[in-house]
Amino acid sequence: MSLKYTLAAGLLMTTLGVSASAQSLVYCSEGSPEGFDPALYTAGTTFDASSHPLYDHLTEFKVGTTEVLPGLAESWEVSEDGMTVTFKLREGVQFHANDQFTPTRDFNADDVIFSFDRQGNPDNPYNQVSGGTWEYFSSMSMPDLVESIEKVDDYTVVFNLTRPEAPFIANMAMDFASILSKEYADAMMEAGTPEMLNQQPIGTGPFTFQAYQKDAVIRYLRNDEYWGDKAKVESLIFAITPDASVRYQKVQAGECHIMAYPNPADVQAMKDDESIVVMEQEGLNVGYLAYNTKVAPFDNVNVRKALNMAIDKQSIIDVVFQGSGQIAKNPIPPTMWSYNDAVEDDAYDPEAAKAMLAEEGVEDLSLKIWAMPVQRPYNPNARRMAELMQADMAKIGVDVEIVSYEWGEYLERSKAEDRDGAVLLGWTGDNGDPDNFLAVLLGCDGVGAANRAQWCNEEFDAKLQEAKVLSDQSERAKLYEEAQVIFKEEAPWATIAHSVVYMTMRPEVEGYVVHPLGGHIFNQVGLSQ
Amino acid sequence: MLNYVLSRLLTFIPTFIGVTLISFSFIRALPGDPIVVMAGERGLSAERYAELSAQFGYDRPIYVQFWEYLTGVLQGDLGTSFVTKRPVWDEFFALFPATLELSVCAMIFSIVLGLPAGVIAAVNRGKFFDRALMSTALVGYSMPIFWWALLLIIVFSGNLGWTPVSGRIDLLYYFPDATGFMLIDSIASGQDGAFRSAVLHLVLPTIVLGTIPLAVIARQTRSAMLEVLGEDYIRTARAKGMSPGRINGIHALRNAMIPVITVIGLSVGTLLAGAILTETIFSWPGIGKWMVDSIFRRDYPVVQGGLLLIAVMVMVVNLTVDMLYGVINPKIRKR
Repeated sequence: MSLKYTLAAGLLMTTLGVSASAQSLVYCSEGSPEGFDPALYTAGTTFDASSHPLYDHLTEFKVGTTEVLPGLAESWEVSEDGMTVTFKLREGVQFHANDQFTPTRDFNADDVIFSFDRQGNPDNPYNQVSGGTWEYFSSMSMPDLVESIEKVDDYTVVFNLTRPEAPFIANMAMDFASILSKEYADAMMEAGTPEMLNQQPIGTGPFTFQAYQKDAVIRYLRNDEYWGDKAKVESLIFAITPDASVRYQKVQAGECHIMAYPNPADVQAMKDDESIVVMEQEGLNVGYLAYNTKVAPFDNVNVRKALNMAIDKQSIIDVVFQGSGQIAKNPIPPTMWSYNDAVEDDAYDPEAAKAMLAEEGVEDLSLKIWAMPVQRPYNPNARRMAELMQADMAKIGVDVEIVSYEWGEYLERSKAEDRDGAVLLGWTGDNGDPDNFLAVLLGCDGVGAANRAQWCNEEFDAKLQEAKVLSDQSERAKLYEEAQVIFKEEAPWATIAHSVVYMTMRPEVEGYVVHPLGGHIFNQVGLSQ
Repeated sequence: MLNYVLSRLLTFIPTFIGVTLISFSFIRALPGDPIVVMAGERGLSAERYAELSAQFGYDRPIYVQFWEYLTGVLQGDLGTSFVTKRPVWDEFFALFPATLELSVCAMIFSIVLGLPAGVIAAVNRGKFFDRALMSTALVGYSMPIFWWALLLIIVFSGNLGWTPVSGRIDLLYYFPDATGFMLIDSIASGQDGAFRSAVLHLVLPTIVLGTIPLAVIARQTRSAMLEVLGEDYIRTARAKGMSPGRINGIHALRNAMIPVITVIGLSVGTLLAGAILTETIFSWPGIGKWMVDSIFRRDYPVVQGGLLLIAVMVMVVNLTVDMLYGVINPKIRKR
């Protein structure tokens, strides 16, 4: 369709909206990306706009699963001792071009080395560009983990690790591990505009960057030279629409084809509406209440268990999540491999809970519950949740005081080992690996930091350490399943909920798959005529 | 008149320094550390914290930071956004035209409707029209913006399909920003229908943003008119048989304008800084939403720079209003 014809059709169809132009997929996104260099940021909104459409990674997650597939690396090999990983790179992959830059060579090992070196090496000229803080790179312990990266030849790269680390291959599929062009970076450095790497992105992904108007719209065009399955639509448009009700109106009016994060209150109406399709899946997250297991009487497992039995989780799902959640019994979500479905949750039984507390000789118990001041997928309203818990605990004679702090303060203060009270918090997975939940949130290393329960169980920790160095997934899964049993017996947390992620779209949208890792990916989404 | 302008301009200097200091200290007085907020649930080690703190310069004494900020501002450097890593100045001027365009439209909307409504209500004091108008104005003034906007969207965009839901122009039109003002850019682009689309996109946000100023202006005009209509010179004008149109339109309205202009001037400040809700609902890429996002992220450079720029705009508008007093009332300019 020529441009002129598209515009004429557009004029005609203004009231019908975008549905007339089948070649452009319009996604109503919830916010603006912070930039387009994924390694600089940690927000999902930024990754949706950068990492997924524009870039590739050495390995890729199969969309809709946490399974790891070859990406820019055609294959990889882990040495016997687990300390060296060798990637064989794909040949004939082209980087995008823009007004300032046309690549003169294909993707090769130099690009891989550049993409990581700039994050870890303070002497790399790009280390300080755009105020680089490389938060994800650090928080995945890459600086300690990667000893060196070597180029063997143009299409072979070796990562030397300081310890065996099974989740490393999955880490390479994460957003911070997006592969950028070294040639482009060098050209921009020479031109004195290194920040262009973040503002005018060049990748190898299925879409090329066309334009961004802050807080309004992002435009992408199909990369016809893409090495893998080419995108199904000619152009992809992100219409930035911060208000959830307005996004819904836009989908109804045909101004968008697809939207994320509907209001939980609207979901039922969307399901009833025949002209709208709603997809759902459990999110890769968990919301929990972490007791301080170092402070009496919460160092007593039976006290913790009694409190767990007092919480009516179903009402929390109904009231706080308005149905868009699922009761959690394990610290990892059900979409994750090694999820132990045989574990039984503590039943809701206030009478038994009361008796249990009496048996332990605990009387006039009072407890502070910390409620987060922000909305999170795993906890849409922490204040309300805390109030429900307060009412539940009152039934067993436990007096609850709700406290809250500003978000930054909250995160800091809740780390303290002598903290007074139980903390409402949660976690969203990074790489689909159980280690990313269990070790980060419950490992002995995390006491005084991310392990808000201050819980260090040697048996549990030993299983995690053992699983971390194995490369066979089924052996690892077995250890994690056992770890979940110990977790349930010891009850450092009350596991509360996993959110349910909804995606709302018009019926003409074809091939959309909800991705458990949380990204919104349109690389293989099409529109029926 | 020149002295009057100069004396007004001189008051600019202390106000400017005051605003700089306030915008700098207010955001820092809020609890919450930008580095901790950035790390979120993932957290970061003490060493990493120290490293980042040094990188952003937050480890230095506060007065050193302020001095650097102030000297930067005087040289036209407002710093770089902590989040997007782009200069605050660039970000502001990329977004400001959108806010200005919407605010000007809302202002025109509220003046064009508010002034005549107030005059008519005053002239018909106590009659049905007056009562109906003032009750409507009260409703308009007390209406929650959020609810009002959604109601309009559901009725006019959803049910009737007359206006688009949100945004500045239909996504089918694509042209680079020339001025940042969509009404101008859409004409300049030469694309058929682009201007019409831009206008349609402006209708609902203009009504929503203009509702409160409209109510305020209508009420203010009415009460100012009532006061003037009770003056002796109006009675004299009536007694000598001057036509009511001339009395109301020229003698009364002009004298009633001083308080009305004050209200309009104050509304401009409210519009510029207070378009936050309207901008959020209509996905309008302006400075309101940008500021709010930055406050939540504790993006110090953006908050302090943005506040400063908005304050300067409001100061300029107030100066203009002061000048207008002089134009309308010669007594003021001679003082």
